[in-house]
Amino acid sequence: MHIVVCIKQVPDSAQIRVHPVTNTIMRQGVPAIVNPYDLYALEEALRLKDQYGGRVTVLTMGPPMAEAALRKAISYGADDAVLVTDRVFAGSDTLATSYALASAISQISKDMPVDLVFTGKQTIDGDTAQVGPGVAKRLDMQLLTYVSKVRSLDTENDEIVVERRSEGGVQVLKTSTPCLITVLEGNNEMRFATMANMFRASRYPVKIWNKDEAGIEDVTKTGLKGSPTVVSKVFAPTPRAVKAEIIQCESNEPGDLSVTLLAKMFNKHPKLEKEIAKRAV
Amino acid sequence: MAEKFDVIVVGAGPSGNSAAYTLAKAGLSVLQIERGESPGSKNVQGAILYSDALERMIPDFRDDAPLERHIIEQRMWVLDDESYIGSHYRSDAFNKEPYNRYTMIRSQFDKWFSERVKAAGALVICETTVSHLLLDGERVIGVMTDRQGGEIYADAVILADGVNSLLAKKAGFHPELQPKDVALAVKEIHFMPQELIEQRFNVKGTEGVVIEMVGKITKGMMGTGFLYTNSESVTIGVGCMLSDFKKQGTTPYALLEEMKAHPAIKPLIQGGEMKEYTAHLIPEGGYNAMPPIYGEGWMIVGDAGMFVNAVHREGSNLAMTTGMHAAETLIELKNEGKAFSAANLKRYQAKLDESFVMKDMKKYKNMPDVFHSNPQFFNDYPEMLSNAARTMLTVDGVDKKSKEREIRGTFRRRRSLFGLLGDTFKLWRAFE
Repeated sequence: MHIVVCIKQVPDSAQIRVHPVTNTIMRQGVPAIVNPYDLYALEEALRLKDQYGGRVTVLTMGPPMAEAALRKAISYGADDAVLVTDRVFAGSDTLATSYALASAISQISKDMPVDLVFTGKQTIDGDTAQVGPGVAKRLDMQLLTYVSKVRSLDTENDEIVVERRSEGGVQVLKTSTPCLITVLEGNNEMRFATMANMFRASRYPVKIWNKDEAGIEDVTKTGLKGSPTVVSKVFAPTPRAVKAEIIQCESNEPGDLSVTLLAKMFNKHPKLEKEIAKRAV
Repeated sequence: MAEKFDVIVVGAGPSGNSAAYTLAKAGLSVLQIERGESPGSKNVQGAILYSDALERMIPDFRDDAPLERHIIEQRMWVLDDESYIGSHYRSDAFNKEPYNRYTMIRSQFDKWFSERVKAAGALVICETTVSHLLLDGERVIGVMTDRQGGEIYADAVILADGVNSLLAKKAGFHPELQPKDVALAVKEIHFMPQELIEQRFNVKGTEGVVIEMVGKITKGMMGTGFLYTNSESVTIGVGCMLSDFKKQGTTPYALLEEMKAHPAIKPLIQGGEMKEYTAHLIPEGGYNAMPPIYGEGWMIVGDAGMFVNAVHREGSNLAMTTGMHAAETLIELKNEGKAFSAANLKRYQAKLDESFVMKDMKKYKNMPDVFHSNPQFFNDYPEMLSNAARTMLTVDGVDKKSKEREIRGTFRRRRSLFGLLGDTFKLWRAFE
């Protein structure tokens, strides 16, 4: 079994600040981390490998510095790592990124057929959640989004059963492989790398692919040229002007609480009171 | 199968990086282990870089090291509550390349240094804590890390694990640090536009200013304050002996807050945006508090060995020099086919004795004791000096001779003639 996990190196959004005057994002000095959702995806993949055997390849597209993210993934236990990096990819939106990643996955599968592709639910810098589905579509794979857990894998019959979080509860879904799964946070925790894997990660020669090695056939589908998305404006939301109000209440009885609350609301919106009174009749 | 190296260096600060760099460059197999996320992520310093020590190892460091400003002016201020009296030394000679001193930001500098270490061929592993040393009898044969399968072996281990040096303590190489032997320093970095720094400190380009401060800002505790100019920020901090903080019940951040409000200091940081607050211990016990620095298969370098010259605010240069000498010792022994035994590692001590490191450590060996037992140096004298200056500079119809008499009188009243002579003697002895 061969699992490809797509990861992205992102600026640690917890440490990003917005410039107070220009409203632009200040990236300077912000440390780069592996997109947190991707780590859940990687851990889920590693667990499958622990249970069913096989190989885990991590893949990213990005600038040369993104190699650090891949090395980190190797330290957790991934077997191989591929960095797709080329000037032509600069400025890629989700459409162009999914094209490049899909091409790279096709190349990877030449070495060993890919059964599963994992991605995080979304990145914390773009927050689009579009790249995973885009890759699935391009590779003509089954797509399972918002997966919190892989329940079981049947390697004989090429079937996988997962838990998918939905508004009403949890859906248990079965589909055939190969498929692409986008993973949610919270159901697993990234393991603590072993000493042997730390050594392996610091010595591992990351595969660095340019556009040709990544199998890009149509350069116009990459980078800025292949990116129809336009970011017209970036701004910081202004904080709410209205402050929360604490309403004092005599007793803690539910009845009293609701009476006080209603009185307060009606006091502010007399029209509403009339309307409700009318309908109550 | 556990890994084995010629040398394991624990810690990626200036001393550890110097050791690892020198060793790897000479072709030894080196593993450097750092507990921080990246080299420098846990390291704190003022920070001034003295070129010399680094230049001896990496002559072309100026090409790409992240340096902030080269220092052209040094101010020494003695402060009381509302004034400062001091000396400024500014010289265009400091504007001639190669520059001698720089301000730097350690998280960036250490990262750069570590890249050089890796390029030299050392294996650097971060986010890994060495929990203890592996011993075969007295001999150190490796380290145990906090990761699964954590034993790693080596012919020698260099402890560059910083001021607390928990590893050496755990192995029984030295006892627990004493509060009187460490200073606790806190600092903040205030960002402001480059032009503002240039105006405020009368500098241009990459020129910079450092201000060292003593006096009532430390409330009678043994310590100093400092203010350094970086490219786009100003670093301000204060440090005092831990034992004094304990005795006074003052907190370091409260001390820094008060210092920042001092009428001489406040205008220098006004309008800046505070972006970083850090605190760190500094080993200032001096020569008399130094632990043994070598043994069977191990050596101690940098802060872990108390290598700080508190009087001259030097530390990172001592750290680099000790790291380099420790490495050179191992390289020599290896080339001579000799074991890394305590008897052979004595050469490290000899190298340090010959260098400025031990000479300076010995020169100031009594300084901590003198200052510990004579708090007047940090309290009374600053005020007396300031009053004297004010008396002399106030034009009020009193003749200068009478003013001099008055100043002498105050000095004698505050410290007595005997006390004054005694203090002079003590200082002279300590500096001798």
